[in-house]
Amino acid sequence: MLEQSFYTKADEIMNKYPAQERSLIPIIHEVQETYNYVPLELLPYIAKHIGITETKAYSVASFYERFSFEPKGKYIIRVCDGTACHVRQSLPVLERLRSELGLSDKKHTTDDMLFTVETVSCLGACSLAPALMVNDHVHPAMTPDKATSLIKDLREEAAKS
Amino acid sequence: MSEKITSIDELNTLREKYHEAVKKEDVRILVCAGTGCQASGSLKVWEKMSELAKDTNITVEFATHVKHPHVHKSGCLGFCEQGPLVRIEPLGVLYTKVHPEDCEEIFDVTVKRGEIVNRLLYKNKITGEECYNQDEIPFYKGQTRVVLKTCGTIDPESIDEAISAGEYQALAKALFTMTPDEVIKTVLDSKLRGRGGGGFIAGKKWQQVAGQPEKIRYVVCNGDEGDPGAFMDCSIMEGDPHRMIEGMIIAAYAVGAQEGYIYVRAEYPLAVKRLTLAIQQATERGLLGDNILGSGFSFKLNINRGAGAFVCGEGSALTASIEGKRGMPRVKPPRTVEQGLFAKPTVLNNVETYANVPQIILDGAEWYRSIGTENSPGTKTFALTGAVRNTGLVEVPFGITPRKIIFDIGGGIRDDRKFKAVQIGGPSGGCLTEAQLDEPLDFDSVKKLGVIVGSGGLVVMDENTCMVEVARFFMEFTHRESCGKCVPCREGTLRMLEILERIVAGNGRMEDIDELRSLADLIINTALCGLGKSAPLPVVSTLNSFMDEYIEHIQNKKCPAHVCQKLKQYTIDPEKCRSCSKCARGCPVQAIDGKPKVPYVIDQAKCIKCGACMSACPFKAINVA
Repeated sequence: MLEQSFYTKADEIMNKYPAQERSLIPIIHEVQETYNYVPLELLPYIAKHIGITETKAYSVASFYERFSFEPKGKYIIRVCDGTACHVRQSLPVLERLRSELGLSDKKHTTDDMLFTVETVSCLGACSLAPALMVNDHVHPAMTPDKATSLIKDLREEAAKS
Repeated sequence: MSEKITSIDELNTLREKYHEAVKKEDVRILVCAGTGCQASGSLKVWEKMSELAKDTNITVEFATHVKHPHVHKSGCLGFCEQGPLVRIEPLGVLYTKVHPEDCEEIFDVTVKRGEIVNRLLYKNKITGEECYNQDEIPFYKGQTRVVLKTCGTIDPESIDEAISAGEYQALAKALFTMTPDEVIKTVLDSKLRGRGGGGFIAGKKWQQVAGQPEKIRYVVCNGDEGDPGAFMDCSIMEGDPHRMIEGMIIAAYAVGAQEGYIYVRAEYPLAVKRLTLAIQQATERGLLGDNILGSGFSFKLNINRGAGAFVCGEGSALTASIEGKRGMPRVKPPRTVEQGLFAKPTVLNNVETYANVPQIILDGAEWYRSIGTENSPGTKTFALTGAVRNTGLVEVPFGITPRKIIFDIGGGIRDDRKFKAVQIGGPSGGCLTEAQLDEPLDFDSVKKLGVIVGSGGLVVMDENTCMVEVARFFMEFTHRESCGKCVPCREGTLRMLEILERIVAGNGRMEDIDELRSLADLIINTALCGLGKSAPLPVVSTLNSFMDEYIEHIQNKKCPAHVCQKLKQYTIDPEKCRSCSKCARGCPVQAIDGKPKVPYVIDQAKCIKCGACMSACPFKAINVA
């Protein structure tokens, strides 16, 4: 059972949208933006409010790649593996990030909840390939060494705040 | 809140007013704020410029009158490779790779004195000449800008600038001087074809929706640009959102729709932000909402964000996603024009298609058909990326040759390497080879070559690209993105992927080629949706053009481009080896052996090609082939 604050927050989000099926995806988006993931326990609550079954809400939430039921790190690093980035060597960047952080294609988030590393199909920054995105900020023309110093910078930034 | 515009006269007065205001801005500094330039740090440049303009509060004596500098963020200028870009009007000078440290010099030299900072100009790579303004740069010379006309010259976050640049004039013309049927006829006559991939005649869709008995209708914009290697629609949504919105309102008027939706990828946060702002501003001004411009016509526009599913670029999956369902395609008919969003008649076009509409309404169908080819009129935007010198966003008339795009506009291949292929149409397209570079690029001609124009990604590949690995890459993509509804796509793409993985790992068999072809045929003929049907095309296209590379991988266990990790062979150069044993200690599978003073040797049977020895060797004695 989640703390009451989660339900209060969900109410706040749901009140912005009509209580209809079509509001499901926008609501899940906002929940994920608030917590960095979608707490599974909230789905039945949202489903009931907009008048759909629990299973339906789960089937939709699990369909879309962007929604995660696992908590994500403070910094979500999305490494672009689109065609342009792929031919300009995005994989060595991904490998370096994973080895720096002790992550793999199975384990995406560091134990200290600071970093999540995932791949994304395309960020639309193809002309500056290979690119990656840290939360909403695009970093162009990456190299494995730049990836190492990026991690260092983010660690320092996190230590300050 | 700004005042509502309630008539065509008011719109014209306002346009005059803003136009005068812009003309009075003696010095206009435009800092590109597209995704590319922002990633290169253009916002810091913008901040610094704004600070300088404010701090100095300069009123500079220049020629005969006093000048005030005005700093704006602009939409994507296209030449992302050279970003951050800064353009200064009225001189028209374009500075490339501008950093915050350069701003003071730009202010002192260019803004105050009207002179040029030569070191920031773009230099022609071949002649070495400095290019003073945009038109002198080869990257821009071969382009024809219709859709991107105002992208990069106005601030996309200001509707006032859009109005001053003449946007919403086409809407006024349509609402007050044309009937809905006349609008449809004009779009039909222009032969505008959908820019999302299929190339269906846009006017026909509109006509079919207008002819439906059901009166509740929707206009939907597909901004779910999911093809990896494509960012044209992203640039339009970010750089000139009003042009596309105007196109949608005109479509709504033509087909009698009351409500519209824009479906944008969540990976484009800047586009979402600018579109939201544009809709808000247009609504405040009475260009959206009830009784638009006092014409009696009403239209409401909403934004929906995608959630990372490529399949939602397919029409019926996209409308399902807006309805709050899993984004899965359904069997057609009924088609989207009959039963689309919420089972009502729906016009569904992509961003670039709508962005073409205002200019067609203003200048007429005949003018539009004068650009491009007979059956593919107009222009097409392309995202030029990969192994080409000038990457970026380009707009060219249909009928241009790929060679012109890659070598004239794109400046040829990076580091003077050899051209191998250009991938067009993303995961639903294929490769064009050297021999096909002089064919005209339009919907029908490229179809004959076995590829599609698609949404407009052009990924250039050089001799360092392995075409089998590219085929594997696309198959992995389509398999991962397959929604799983139909068996041919869900299982077929997995089987094709397994075969390709086997080949790039050196375990391929010659029968695999036939197996790939037969699976491809099966998927093309039986998959449920367009994306499934076209999923095997990158494989078919590489099989047709690069069979020798497949054979090399299968029979000789060699990757000609030296890309496939498993086919690499690591050896130790006995001349360079000092027997330090660092490689042997670094090897995770104990495949390296040796004695002091004797060069070390790699046991090829044990080697897993991980490359650890290469990074461990202090004498660069490890070779890879």
